[in-house]
Amino acid sequence: MQEKIVREKLTEILAGCEKDRSRLIPILQRVQHAFGYLPREAMIEAGSYLGMTDVQIYGVASFYNYFRFTPLEKYPIRMCMGTACHMVGGGLVLEALERALDIKVGGITEDGDFSLDRVACIGCCGLAPVMTIGERIYPKMTPATVDEVLVNLNMEAKETNPDNDDQETKED
Amino acid sequence: MGQETIIRFEEIKRVARAEWESLEQDQIPVIRIGTGTSDRASGALKVVEAFKKELTRLQVDARIVQTGSVGFCNYEPLVIISKIDFPRICYKNINPDMVPRLVEGFLLEDDPCMELALGTLEGGDGTPPYIPELPRAEHELRLVLRNCGFIDPENINHYIALGGYSAFVKALNMTADEIVEEIKLSELRGRGGAGFPTGKKLESCLKVQETPKYVICNADEGDPGAFMDRVLIESDPQAVLEGMIITGYALNSSQSYIYTRMEYPLAVERLKTAIEQAKQLGLLGEDILGTGFGFNIEVFQGAGAFICGESSALMYSIEGKRGFPRVKPPRSIEVGFRQKPTQLNNVKTFACIPVIIEQGGDYFSSIGSDKSKGTAVFALAGKVENVGLVEVPMGTTLKKVIYDIGGGVKNGKRFKGVQIGGPSGGCLPEAFLDTSIDFDSLTEAGAMMGSGGMIIMDEENCMVDAAHFFLDFTQKECCGKCVMGRLGTKQMMSILEDIVSGDGRSEDIEQLISLGEDIKAGSLCGLGRSAPNPVLTTIQYFRDEYEAHILEKRCPALVCRDLIAYYIIPEKCYRGCEHCVLSCPSEAIVEHPKRFKMVDQSKCIKCGNCLEVCPPEYNAVIKISPVSQVPPSEVPSKDKK
Repeated sequence: MQEKIVREKLTEILAGCEKDRSRLIPILQRVQHAFGYLPREAMIEAGSYLGMTDVQIYGVASFYNYFRFTPLEKYPIRMCMGTACHMVGGGLVLEALERALDIKVGGITEDGDFSLDRVACIGCCGLAPVMTIGERIYPKMTPATVDEVLVNLNMEAKETNPDNDDQETKED
Repeated sequence: MGQETIIRFEEIKRVARAEWESLEQDQIPVIRIGTGTSDRASGALKVVEAFKKELTRLQVDARIVQTGSVGFCNYEPLVIISKIDFPRICYKNINPDMVPRLVEGFLLEDDPCMELALGTLEGGDGTPPYIPELPRAEHELRLVLRNCGFIDPENINHYIALGGYSAFVKALNMTADEIVEEIKLSELRGRGGAGFPTGKKLESCLKVQETPKYVICNADEGDPGAFMDRVLIESDPQAVLEGMIITGYALNSSQSYIYTRMEYPLAVERLKTAIEQAKQLGLLGEDILGTGFGFNIEVFQGAGAFICGESSALMYSIEGKRGFPRVKPPRSIEVGFRQKPTQLNNVKTFACIPVIIEQGGDYFSSIGSDKSKGTAVFALAGKVENVGLVEVPMGTTLKKVIYDIGGGVKNGKRFKGVQIGGPSGGCLPEAFLDTSIDFDSLTEAGAMMGSGGMIIMDEENCMVDAAHFFLDFTQKECCGKCVMGRLGTKQMMSILEDIVSGDGRSEDIEQLISLGEDIKAGSLCGLGRSAPNPVLTTIQYFRDEYEAHILEKRCPALVCRDLIAYYIIPEKCYRGCEHCVLSCPSEAIVEHPKRFKMVDQSKCIKCGNCLEVCPPEYNAVIKISPVSQVPPSEVPSKDKK
C-alpha cells in the first residue's frame, strides 16, 4: 500500500523534471514535503531516475540536517539554540521540554505525538527564547510556559479525530 | 540600447508610479503592517486580520499594505498609518485589541492615538517623537535597507516607483568594463564577511575566457544571531534581483541562482513572487526589454547545512552533492559552479550594486571609512534594548551602535562584551567600544565583520559559556573533511567542557591557545579557520573568567550549571508561599521546621524554576558559585514535617 502511494507521488514529483543531478536536492525536498520524511522507496526511485546509485543518494541525503528517514510526528518541536536564545536561557527551556516530554533532544515521545530537536537560529532574535512547533512560532519561552504550551497541545490532540492519527503536519 | 528599450521601461515606470501615487496621495488612508518572519512571530498576521474585520465592521475605507520589516524588532508588530492632513504615524507593539481604537479613534475621528505611537515620520514640528530624530534613527544611513518596511515586497511596482530598475536600464547603456569600473570606484567590499573587493572579483571573472558564466547569490545566512539577509529579502527582494541582473549583464551570463536557507520559507516565497513579477514585466527571462540579453534566476533552497554558506560547498550543494568545501585556488571565478567561472556574492553586496550604478561609485565611496566604504548592516541582538536591524556608515564606533542606536544594555545591567561576526567572529570587551566598525579595525581587534551579527552580552553572561556555545555550534556544523576541522575543534570542545563542568586543569588555557592557533593554520575552509576565534578572543580579553572556572571552580557570571547552586535565603523566604515547591520538577525543595524553604542540593537538577517563580517582592532564591560556598543546611537529615 505504502509503496504504491510513494510510487504514485514520485511519478508526480518527477514529471517533467530534468534528468540532472542538480535536481536531486529539490526532488528530495519535495518528497519530504509530501511525506514528512524520505521513504526508502522514494530515494531509490529518485536515484534511478537521475542515474545515481542508492548509496550516492543516501550519502547526500544523510549529509543535510533537514532530511529525515523516519515519519514526522504530529508536533515536531524545535527549540531555537541560536546565540540570542542561548544568552537568555534557551538551554533551560530545552531542558524543561526534555523533562516534560520525557525524551532527549532528537527523540520522539512514546505515543509518537511529539519530537524534540534543536535548531540553529530561526532569526527571531528579538523574541528569544523561541521555539517552533510545525509552522507555529512560540516567542519568549520560559521553563514555566513549557507545561502550559504542552497541555494546550495535548488537549488539541485529543480534540482532533483520534482515528486520523497521521494527519498532515507541514514542516518548516 | 535601442530606443525601444527606453520606451518600454518608461511605460513600466509610468504604470508603477501611477499606482504608487494613487496609494500615497489618495484621500483613502493607508495602513502599512510589517509581516516579515519576526513580525509574524509577534502576531502581525492577527493584527492584519483585526484591521480587516474592523474596517468592514465600521465600513471605513482604507487600504492595507503588507510590508517587510523596518528592522525595529522590539517594536513589532509595527503599523504605519498615512492619512491625509496628518504626518505618517508609526505605531509600536500593536496587538489586535488596539486595532478598534486605531480604526475608530484615528481613521474615523481624527484622534491620532499618540499614546500608541512610536512617533511620526514627517513633521518634526515639535509634535511628539519625530522618528528620524530619535537616537535610534539619527545615526543610521539606509542605503541597502532604504525600502524596507515601506514598500510591498510582493509588488514590483512599488520598487520601480521608488527608482527601482533604473540602475539596470542605466547599466544597459554601459559596457561591461564601465560597469566594473564603476563598482571598482565605489570600493565596495564583499558583504558576506571576508571583505574582498567586489569590483576586482567581477573584473577577474570578466577576464576569464571560458563560458558559460554563472552568477550566484549567497543567501545561506546560517550564523546564529544574524538575520539581515532574511529581512532584506523579505522586505525588498527586487533590490537583490536587480543587483544580480546587472552583474549577469556585465558577465554576459544567462543563468543564476539564489541559495537560501530552508529555515526561511517566507523569504523563498517572496523571492519567487518577485522573480515571477520581474519576468512578467520583461525585466527577467528571455530578451530582457528587447535588448536580446536573457537572464534567469532560480531560487535554490538549502537543506540545513551551515557549511553550505562556504562558496565551494554551496556550489557542490546546487550540483546535488554533499556540501564539502574544496581546496582553493582555483577560486570560484575561474572554476566554480559546474567547473565554470562563477561570480558569487552575498545578498547585501548585490543590493549595493543598483545604488552604485544609479548614484555613482564616487557617491558610494564618499560614505564610510578609509578602507571600508558604504554602510554596514548589523543585526543587533542579545542583551540590548533595541533589538533589530541597523545600517550605519562604515567607521561608526561600536559604542554608537550599542548605546545610541541600540539603547544600551537591557534592564540597566553592566556591559560585558560584544560578539561580532557570529561563531566565526570574536568577542570584544568594554575597552574596545571605541573601535570603529570596518573590515580592518575589527579584524585587528580580533573580531571580524563576518556576516553581521552583533550580540551584546551583559554581566550575567559567562564568557567561557559563550565560547563553549559558539564552538559547540561550529563543531557540530563542521563537515568532517579535514582533520583540524573535525578533530581539532572536537579536542578544544572537550577541554572547554571540562572547564565549564569544573574539571579544568591549570594547563588548559595554554592548550586551548596552541590548539586554536593550529586549527586556524591547518583547516581547509573558512569555517575551520575561524572556529577558534571566539575561544581565543575570550581568553585574550576575559582570561580571569577562565581562571576562576579552572582554579576556583567558580563561574563569576553564575551561569555554568556544574559550578553553581541554588539557595533560598531563609530571612527572605516568605513562609506561607509554595511557588518554588510547586515548580520544582525534582522535589528538591523541602520545608524547614521553621517553615522556610530549603534546596536539597543532592536532588536539585539546577533548572532554575524556583528562581524564576519566586515572587519579586521576596526575591529569596539566589545562585551561588562555587558550590562549596553554600551555607551548610540546618535541616535535620530526617524529614520532620
